[in-house]
Amino acid sequence: MGDVLIALAPALAVSTWVFGAQVLAITVVAVGACVAFEWLIQRYLIKGPATIGNLSAVVTGVLLAFNLPSSIPLWLVILGAFVAIAIGKMTFGGLGKNPFNPALVGRVFLLIAYPVQMTSFPSVDGSSGATPLALAKGVIKGGGSVSDVMSQVNFGDLFFGNHGGSFGEVAALALILGGLYLLARKVITWHIPLAVLGTMALFSAVLWFVAPDSYLSPAFHLLTGGAILGAFFMATDYSTSPMSRSGGLIFGVGIGLITIVIRIWGAYPEGMSFAILIMNSLVPLINRIKPKRA
Amino acid sequence: MKTFPRGGIHPPSNKLSSGEAILPLSLPASVVVPLSQHIGAPAVAEVAKGDRVVVGQLIGKAGGFVSASVHSPVSGTVTAVEPLANGSGIKTPSVVIAVEGDEWLPSIDRSPELVPECRLEGPEILSLIADAGIVGMGGATFPTQVKLSPPPGKKAEILIINGVECEPYLTSDHRVMLEHPSQVLVGVGLIARALGVEKIFIGIENNKPDAIELLRKVASEMVRVLPSIEIVPLKVRYPQGGEKQLITAITGRYVPSMGLPIDIGCVVQNVGTALAVYEAVQKRKPLIERVVTVTGKGLGQPSNFLARIGTPVSALIEAAGGLPSDAQKVIGGGPMMGRAMSNLDAPVTKGTSGILVLGASEAARCAETACIKCGKCVTVCPMALEPYLLSRLVQKQRWDEAEAGAIFDCIECGSCAFTCPARVPLLDWIRLGKTEVNKIIRSRLSC
Ligand code: SF4
Ligand code: SF4
Repeated sequence: MGDVLIALAPALAVSTWVFGAQVLAITVVAVGACVAFEWLIQRYLIKGPATIGNLSAVVTGVLLAFNLPSSIPLWLVILGAFVAIAIGKMTFGGLGKNPFNPALVGRVFLLIAYPVQMTSFPSVDGSSGATPLALAKGVIKGGGSVSDVMSQVNFGDLFFGNHGGSFGEVAALALILGGLYLLARKVITWHIPLAVLGTMALFSAVLWFVAPDSYLSPAFHLLTGGAILGAFFMATDYSTSPMSRSGGLIFGVGIGLITIVIRIWGAYPEGMSFAILIMNSLVPLINRIKPKRA
Repeated sequence: MKTFPRGGIHPPSNKLSSGEAILPLSLPASVVVPLSQHIGAPAVAEVAKGDRVVVGQLIGKAGGFVSASVHSPVSGTVTAVEPLANGSGIKTPSVVIAVEGDEWLPSIDRSPELVPECRLEGPEILSLIADAGIVGMGGATFPTQVKLSPPPGKKAEILIINGVECEPYLTSDHRVMLEHPSQVLVGVGLIARALGVEKIFIGIENNKPDAIELLRKVASEMVRVLPSIEIVPLKVRYPQGGEKQLITAITGRYVPSMGLPIDIGCVVQNVGTALAVYEAVQKRKPLIERVVTVTGKGLGQPSNFLARIGTPVSALIEAAGGLPSDAQKVIGGGPMMGRAMSNLDAPVTKGTSGILVLGASEAARCAETACIKCGKCVTVCPMALEPYLLSRLVQKQRWDEAEAGAIFDCIECGSCAFTCPARVPLLDWIRLGKTEVNKIIRSRLSC
C-alpha cells in the first residue's frame, strides 16, 4: 500500500501546483477522516484488532480526495469519507471483503447527493471551470461540432494537468508515471490498465473514424476525466477486481466499454466511476471462470 | 531455454553447501531403521532381538506389491524390534541395531571401479532393484520397481531424470551429479532398459552449469556403452522439480488431472535414484546409505554427508558444526516442501534429502492478516488452482466444492503461501482439506 501512496505523490504535487493549497487541505482531511472512521468502527463496532496499519484507509482517503473538485467544502469531504469507509468498506467486514471500491462509493454518493458542489470546478488560468468532457458534451449536444470543442482545448494542458476537473484526475503525465511505478514494483500487472485504456481507445477510435465531426478523438478520451486515474489506481484495487489475470482483462474491457457508452450517450459527461462500480459488481461472476488448466 | 508454462516463483536459493564434497559420515553407536520408509505397506521384520546382522543383509521384507525391502545399514546386533518415533514424532515399527565393526555382505562389490556394461534384461534389472529396496530418493519414496512397471495397457515412451533440485538449500543431487556422473549415467541406462524406452532426458536447472557440462561430457565419452541421453538445461524456476512441471517443461505434455505421468507415456526418476540403481544392479549393493545435505545459515559447516540409513539426525547436525544457539526449527527436506521435525533422535531414512536448521529470524512466522484478494496465489500456482478459494472452502468445511476445485491436483509446492502478502497459511489449509476430502472419498467407495 505504501507503494500506491508513492505512486500518487507526483499527481498530488501537480494538482497542488495547478489548484493551490486547498488540494492539500482536502487530501489531509479525507485521509484523516477515512483513517479515523476505520479505527473507530474497527474498535467499537467490529471490536477487532486495529487494521489501519495496513494503510488501505490512507489510500482510500487519497483516492477519494483525488475524485473531488478543489472547491468542495470540507464537511462534504468528511461525509464522503464516512460513506466510503463505513458503508463502502467496513459494513462488509473491512479490507478484502468489500465488493465495491470504497473511494468510488464515497464519490458517487457525493455526486448524486450534492451534484452542484461536485460539478462546479474552479477555473484554471481564466478558462471556464467546466471539465473538458463536460464542455465537449455541452457543445456537441448543442449542435456544435468536435472542431468547436478542439478550438477551446489544448492537449498540452490536458497532459500536464492544466485544466478543470476533479483535482487528482487532471495530471495525465504524473498519473502515468505513478502507474508505471506500480507496474515496475509489481503491485499491479498490466492487464487491467491496458484493457481499460485499450478498449476506450479502440471504441472511441472506431466512432471517431466513422464520424470525426460528432465524436471525440481517442486521445481526448484517454487524457480527460478519470480515465488514467481509474485505469491504474481504481480499477486495479485488489479486493474489488478479479483474481486471475485473464479475469482482469475481461473486467478492464467492460470498464472501457461502459465508460465510453456513458460519456457519449449517457446523462453524465464522465462515466469512469460508474463503469468501475458496475464491473465491481460482476467480479464474483468473473471469478467463477476457472484458471485455464493445461 | 525450457521451463514449465504456468505459475512458479523464485525463492532465494541459499545453496550454502553446493561447493562441499560428499563426506562419508562416521558410523554411529547404534542405528534405528524404520520398516516403513516408503509409500505403501511397511516391510515385515526378518530379524528379532539378539540376531547378528551384517551390512546389506535383509532385515525387512517388502510387505506387498507397493512396498520396499529394508536392509541392515550396519553390522552388529539387533537390540530391539519395536515402534519408535520418527521425525514427526509418530511411532513406526523399527529395527534397532547396536553397531559392531563394519562387516559387509560378501556379495557386495565395494571396489570403486566403474562397471559400465550390463548384460541383464529388463525383468532381471527390475528384480535387482526390488531386492535392493530402492525408492524415489528425491523425497517421494515411492518404490522404484513399481514405478518402473507400467500397469497393463500403458506403455512408457520417455524417461525423464530429475536433476533439477529446485528446492532451496538442498545440494545432494547436485553433488551426486558432480562426483558420480558416470555411475548416474549408467544407472539411467539401466532404468531405461528396465522400462524399454529409448527417449531419455536429464533435466537440470541452469544454475548448475558445472553439472550440465560434466554430464554432457561424460555422456559423450561413454557413448559406446550408453543409450543416447539428452541433457536439458532448464530456466531456474520453482517448482520445476515437481514431476508434472518437469514433464511439461521437457516434453510439452500435460499429465491429466488426477492422472499419472505414465498416462502420457512418461516416467520420472531422480538422479539419486539413478545412482542407487547403478549400485544395486552393478555392485549388488542394497540401499543402505544416502547423500544428505545438512545446512542452515547458523550452522558452522553446511555439508553433504554420505550417511548410513538409521543414523540419528542429531549426529548429522553435530557433524555439521552442532545446533546453533539461536536454532528455532529443524526441517526434514527443504524450506518449501520439507516438514518440521519434532524429534532430532529420529533417523535418516531413504527419503531424507536434507536437514535444514533455521534460526529464529528465518523460522518466525509473520502474523496472518485477512486475505486482500490480490490474486497472487492464483497467478503463481503451477497447477492452475485457486489457493485462496480452496483454503476458504476448507475453513468452511465445504468439502464437495474443495474436491470440485481440484484440491487433489495441489502438489503442495507451497508457492501460494510463499507469495501471499497477507501470509495466509494457504498450504496448511489445503493439506488439511486433502486429508478430509480423502476420508470422504474413501467412505464413499466403501459403501
Ligand atoms: S495450491 Fe498447491 S500446487 Fe498450487 S501453489 Fe499452492 S501448494 Fe502449490
Ligand atoms: S495471495 Fe493471499 S492475500 Fe492474495 S488472494 Fe491469495 S490468499 Fe488472498
